[in-house]
Amino acid sequence: YPQWPYCRKRCSYCNFNTYVVPAVDEAAVRACLVREAQTLLRLSRVHSVTSVFFGGGTPSLASPHTIGAVLEAVAGTAHLPAGAEVTLEANPSSTSTSRLAGFRAAGVNRLSIGVQSLDDAELRLLGREHTAEDARKAVEGARGLFPGRTSFDLLFGLPGQSRDAWAQRLEAALGFCDDHISLYQLTLERGTALAAQVRGGALPAASQDLLADMYQTARTVLVAAGFRHYEVSNFARKGAISLHNLSYWRADQYIGVGPGAHGRFVPRGEGGHSREARVQTLEPVAWMREVQSRGHGTRSRAVLSPLEQLEELLTLGLRTDEGITHERWGRFSPQLSLQDVFGAPGEARALQQQGWLVLDSGGLRCSWAGLAVLDSLLPDLLWQLQR
Amino acid sequence: LPSPCPAAAPLRRPAWLPAACERLYSSRGKEKLEDMSTYPVESIRNFSIIAHVDHGKSTLADRLLEITGAISKTDRNKQVLDKLQVERERGITVKAQSASLFYNHEGINYLLNLIDTPGHVDFSYEVSRSLSACQGVILVVDANEGIQAQTVANFYLAFEAQLSIIPVINKIDLKNADPERVEKQIEKLFDIPTDECIRISAKQGTNVEKVLQKIIEKIPPPQCNTADPLKALVFDSTFDHYRGVIANVALFGGEIAKGHKIVSAHTKKRYEVNEVGILTPNEQPTHKLYAGQVGYLIAGMKEVTEAQIGDTLFLYKQPVEPLPGFKSAKPMVFAGMYPVDQTEYNNLKSALERLTLNDSSVTVHRDSSLALGAGWRLGFLGLLHMEVFNQRLEQEYNMSVILTAPTVPYKAILSSAKLIKEHGKDQITIINPAQFPDKLSVSEYLEPTVLGTIVTPHEYIGKIITLCQDRRAVQKDMLYIDENRVMLKYIFPLNEIVVDFYDALKSLSSGYASFDYEDAGYQSADLIKMDILLNGNPVEELATIIHNDKAYAAGKFLCERLKEAIPRQLFEIAIQAAIGKKIIARETLKAYRKNVVAKCYGGDITRRMKLLKRQAEGKRLMRKIGNVEVPRDAFIRVLKRETDK
Repeated sequence: YPQWPYCRKRCSYCNFNTYVVPAVDEAAVRACLVREAQTLLRLSRVHSVTSVFFGGGTPSLASPHTIGAVLEAVAGTAHLPAGAEVTLEANPSSTSTSRLAGFRAAGVNRLSIGVQSLDDAELRLLGREHTAEDARKAVEGARGLFPGRTSFDLLFGLPGQSRDAWAQRLEAALGFCDDHISLYQLTLERGTALAAQVRGGALPAASQDLLADMYQTARTVLVAAGFRHYEVSNFARKGAISLHNLSYWRADQYIGVGPGAHGRFVPRGEGGHSREARVQTLEPVAWMREVQSRGHGTRSRAVLSPLEQLEELLTLGLRTDEGITHERWGRFSPQLSLQDVFGAPGEARALQQQGWLVLDSGGLRCSWAGLAVLDSLLPDLLWQLQR
Repeated sequence: LPSPCPAAAPLRRPAWLPAACERLYSSRGKEKLEDMSTYPVESIRNFSIIAHVDHGKSTLADRLLEITGAISKTDRNKQVLDKLQVERERGITVKAQSASLFYNHEGINYLLNLIDTPGHVDFSYEVSRSLSACQGVILVVDANEGIQAQTVANFYLAFEAQLSIIPVINKIDLKNADPERVEKQIEKLFDIPTDECIRISAKQGTNVEKVLQKIIEKIPPPQCNTADPLKALVFDSTFDHYRGVIANVALFGGEIAKGHKIVSAHTKKRYEVNEVGILTPNEQPTHKLYAGQVGYLIAGMKEVTEAQIGDTLFLYKQPVEPLPGFKSAKPMVFAGMYPVDQTEYNNLKSALERLTLNDSSVTVHRDSSLALGAGWRLGFLGLLHMEVFNQRLEQEYNMSVILTAPTVPYKAILSSAKLIKEHGKDQITIINPAQFPDKLSVSEYLEPTVLGTIVTPHEYIGKIITLCQDRRAVQKDMLYIDENRVMLKYIFPLNEIVVDFYDALKSLSSGYASFDYEDAGYQSADLIKMDILLNGNPVEELATIIHNDKAYAAGKFLCERLKEAIPRQLFEIAIQAAIGKKIIARETLKAYRKNVVAKCYGGDITRRMKLLKRQAEGKRLMRKIGNVEVPRDAFIRVLKRETDK
């Protein structure tokens, strides 16, 4: 996961670790991304990288040359198979066809476009630079270059948005989407302009019931259109799921490169045997200084206990439609099976009886209804797991 | 308590007190034992300071301690006698405390025993207990606020005990001070000539020396004799982990010293005295204590129950007629108390035993409930007393407990022969809603009432009268104490003022109105028991006995508040108020239909896991009613009515 931390403008709902600066010294950032990717790949001793995801910030603001350089570094340090999924996050305002062609030439083979809304007033509220028309054109252009591998994001639950308005956006989206779409409920993050406006009463907050209705509408409409609802907020058809993101939810190893990027891997290169949670230095200038002086900007690392690893697996795995398979659970917990932990009388069994959870030969997963209330199930499950 | 001779309650030094606090006091007398025989009865004065809350009682006490050298003069002397954490945090005095002061006046060394008294209406019992050990009081009145409800109540306590009263007008340094007006109020209400008032500023020390001189001149010495056989009253006691029980005693006759063999009139047990001493205000051993003096003794008592408050101690083989002891305080508010976790029962039990030894006004009855397990039903003097007690359990004993809705002691006159036989009497007191007898077997229910005194600037009269009427109160008296201030007297049903009346009064009068109350007997009342149900299961903590006319409004209110206090769950929750089988109010808390974080990728898992694990940990502390999970503090939050509603 290489992180490009810069944006042209901060969106009203965003509290990510992003920076708006007048001029980016791209050569320096590129050199550091390359160097850190090499250092951490060596440290992890992974033989083969299954996917790369350029996130941000706005990585489509980086030049194709930078993207290409990082991919070359990955391929040069570990094996990067020819068909490996390489995704770039992009904004409709920085995706001219020629730029996209440049990214494709650099090795990108999947695009995730931050459309967010298909209504100009909503886009202004969100502080986006593009219009609905820009978004539609960007998606169409991307589909021409990345057929079957173009995704975009939409937000619902915007202040003042009605259920009908959301249904209209969905219908419009289905009119030009490719085979993958992400639908996120707007989260009012502390410290953002939008959250302040809602808290101050300048904008209305969406009710719990409305949000639930919107979510159910989205699920129903997309499934009817042939999409598989494979994760809480993600839908795909014709097998076009994001393998990279799936690897997070399966608790595979991943390496975060760039300011504020997170990773989970075993540092075998220094003799480590335990999975670690790692975070890179947040602030780009400080991060670059560290990468230049010691090859990486890892700010914190913590060994994850076997219980903590299981907690993460449970929390992430249940977000997917496949849930946690017996095989995967066994890899993290060779002693106690899923059946041992969650088949015994207790919270999990009660939740199964109430129809929120399923434990069968496929593993442990949420029911259709359970997925929408997963965060109410997890405290019970974690509590049972701890015991 | 008849008081033939003085008893000043010595100061306790709680074991939990950090050593830093003790450095506030001077080390006078540490090097050699004080010879207490140099203080004959004629040079002893026992006095108390009484005042409305915040009129400067503790500040005056601090100054008196400084002037007499009991503590060194520093800026840090604030509420020196208020040693409990809860007292300093809340700026109130909960427990009567005292200190022996040494003061030379016109060539004579005097021993002045000062007793600081609690300032809140809930603790007036402690005030009267303290006054029984005094011959005089200093009545402190704020020069700006003038006479307040508690000033009136405290004055009458002292007046009825026939004590000398020294009126002191404090805070004359304040910009809006109007001592002349206050002097006139004192003259009008208490019939004390204006020229007897001393105008002081305790904060700046102005005229405080004059107060000491007046104490010596106006307050008579106690009347008792060292030649009589030993007669010592235990009026307080504490438990020290290293030294055992420390009993605070007042000598009503004779003398006591290390090595004396003494007997408890109550238990008939014999002890040998290991140590005696006085409080200045920390413990200082002395050779002896003599009649009229006050101090502490340690005599190998190992159990807190051995030092019964109100007990009389005498010399072995020289029995005396025991003193009448203290009439125990009458609890006004009862609540159930249960350990959060039943395995904590024994720890909570011993914490309760220790705390009630220092606060004998709390009554304790064992109780048990299907829902809450084994616990107790405790009686308190008032709601603040209950809160303070709970806070002390948490702060001093690290205990957290479940408290049920407070109830007042109702009575029922039984008509059912079966019930009369069961109870052995036809009138019972109900301190637990679970024991409320059905209307069919009762000829009449009775509720306790109080006579409330309210002093207020006249512009708030209208609002206050409306508030009192809402609380089913009946006006008894209304008197202008000066051009701007009115004193109102009302008979209130006790349950109407117990929870939040004081807060409501303060809020609608911008803090200017004051309130105090005294017991006024029982009156007939139309009472019913109201249950609160969650999905059909009763919430034992919230069962209440309530006046019929108020049931609908109270039921609706409780249901609405509960709806806000209980988090949404995976299923719908019916919150109902019921009288018998009849549902009188209902709120519905809808089920969660969506509760899942939208974005969860590689980046932010650590923070997310922390939150989830905290929630998982919180599951342990949830109270389960049927399958509904309720945060433990939800019930207390619900019971605390908001005054602006």
